[in-house]
Amino acid sequence: MSFFTVDGISLQFGGLKAVDDVSFSVSKGEIFTIIGPNGAGKTSIFNLISRLYNPTSGRLSFEDSDITEVPPHQIAKLGIARTFQNIELFENASMLANLLVGRHCHATTALWQDMLFMPSVRRAEKAHRRKVEEVIEFLDLQAYRDKIIAGLPYGVRKVIEVARALCSEPKLILLDEPSSGLNVEETDDMSFWIRDIRSELGITVLMVEHDMSLVNRVSDRVLALNYGKVLASGTPSEVQAHPDVIAAYLGA
Amino acid sequence: MRFIFKTDYDQDIRILKHSGYWWSYGILLAVMIATPYVLGSYMQSQLVFVFIYAIVGVALMILTGFTGQASLGHAAFLAIGAYTAGFMQSLGVPFIVYFPLAAVLTGIVGALVGFPALRLHGIYLVIATIAFAFIVEEVLARWESVTHGNEGMRVRTLDLFDIPIARDSDAFYFLCLLVLVGVTLLALNLLRSPTGRAFIAIRDSETAGKSMGIDLATYKVKSFAISAAITGMAGVLFAHKMTFISPEMFTLLLSIEFIMVIIIGGAFGVHGAIFGAIFIVMVDPFLTALKDDVPVLVSSIASSLGMAKETAADLRDDLSRIGSAAGLKGAIYGLIIMMFILFEPYGLYGRWLKVKLFFQLFPLYKRATFKRQKTYVKSERNR
Repeated sequence: MSFFTVDGISLQFGGLKAVDDVSFSVSKGEIFTIIGPNGAGKTSIFNLISRLYNPTSGRLSFEDSDITEVPPHQIAKLGIARTFQNIELFENASMLANLLVGRHCHATTALWQDMLFMPSVRRAEKAHRRKVEEVIEFLDLQAYRDKIIAGLPYGVRKVIEVARALCSEPKLILLDEPSSGLNVEETDDMSFWIRDIRSELGITVLMVEHDMSLVNRVSDRVLALNYGKVLASGTPSEVQAHPDVIAAYLGA
Repeated sequence: MRFIFKTDYDQDIRILKHSGYWWSYGILLAVMIATPYVLGSYMQSQLVFVFIYAIVGVALMILTGFTGQASLGHAAFLAIGAYTAGFMQSLGVPFIVYFPLAAVLTGIVGALVGFPALRLHGIYLVIATIAFAFIVEEVLARWESVTHGNEGMRVRTLDLFDIPIARDSDAFYFLCLLVLVGVTLLALNLLRSPTGRAFIAIRDSETAGKSMGIDLATYKVKSFAISAAITGMAGVLFAHKMTFISPEMFTLLLSIEFIMVIIIGGAFGVHGAIFGAIFIVMVDPFLTALKDDVPVLVSSIASSLGMAKETAADLRDDLSRIGSAAGLKGAIYGLIIMMFILFEPYGLYGRWLKVKLFFQLFPLYKRATFKRQKTYVKSERNR
């Protein structure tokens, strides 16, 4: 069985089939991109994987175990982290606090220990901080440690969200439109980081993306969706040349 | 302006971040310890109320300020603490046992109230907590074998290791101060640990919190339980301070006063609870002054400016009639809340930070520093 598999998954909102019998599998160390026009069901698939939605039918499996029934807060512990299309950071906290929340799935201390701030909590905090500093170094966020998120520019927040996901030391990271709202330079940086996440940290990347130049530069394989159905999958050039994909984007 | 060169992760973990903190909080503590020997008994008694309100303020700050779960039921938690003290004392249980017991009992009730919070948001949660407060009020009035119903209950003098601690003694003042300091340290410890960060995460984005591995149900219940337990402790002190408790002391109005404590203080830091408590308790002497002193003062100024004797006396009577009008307190409270929400949403503590920053940056302070930005990117769809 492969690293991560989506098997015939469907999601229905009343009469609307947001995701209709979608199957794909991602192998370890791959950068896999899902593309498709607005409303194709890309983010719905992400929400299904992070268990915010319950699938109407189908199965999800990760590292040989079935995660279709796992509650959402345990997904991070299994090694799947995600970012959001509309940035869901903790607005009124500092960047450092945000990144430390990313470490939450590794928290081991009990409530009473936290309340009394026992030496074990202090030790754990320092270990978390060391890990967070590694990520800060990796994504060049040194300037923002004590800054409150609400006052930071959009581009920086986008990177911080990736950083928060990396702090949980995932095996699979889900990036929901990492380049949306970024300018050309920031998109370039993002494409380098996405490749580094794979090559330096060894994390498998599954992303949703609209910017085709970014998709072409980084992805190993691409899956095209429309109206919740799979149109085509394969290498970026194969998918872009596929007549159904061209029809979906340009209308034919 | 102070620039801190950080060389150690401990510097970010410490509560007293640098030597300036040691100085200011050391002096504050010294002043608080010296107070009973300097101030009169009236001011000392007012300070005890400040401490009790501040303890509840810290509790509510954890729940509302940090976890983002509003509650208008904290008067009920206070009542449960107070009645546990009264009842246990009448059974002959010593203070050292019933004080923690009241906290535990109130904490359990708080956890039970927390369960509906898993499904309710915002105004609906507020309504649920109000309903809970009314249930408790009703139970206190009806469960006569324990609470003596509407007659109320007399609470005897606090007895710590066979040493009686009278309600207006210095020892009682220090006991309250000790509990406040302890509770504050507890809250600060929570804030710098994973639990506190999870609370803040729930406040700012439940969806993201869930995806980061935070079990919303557990943490909301924890927050309710901690907040209730601390309020229960305040309830024990409150019972001993009042020496008499009855159901009509723990009404919705008291819960509103508690919410005011954190709104006026500033609902984003533990400091706010203490600023707010000082404000709320000090409004009362101010209202008394408005009733008694202001009319006399105004009329004497008026007569010294050449107003006829009779007109000045009439003016005095008119003013004191306005000052002692029924419902004036509620009206002034309402006005104060509105003013704060409109003009200083960060409360007194926020104002204090602004004043501090003004002096730190002296000629360079910009008013726009604290201007609130509107953000449109928040999505609430995944609730």
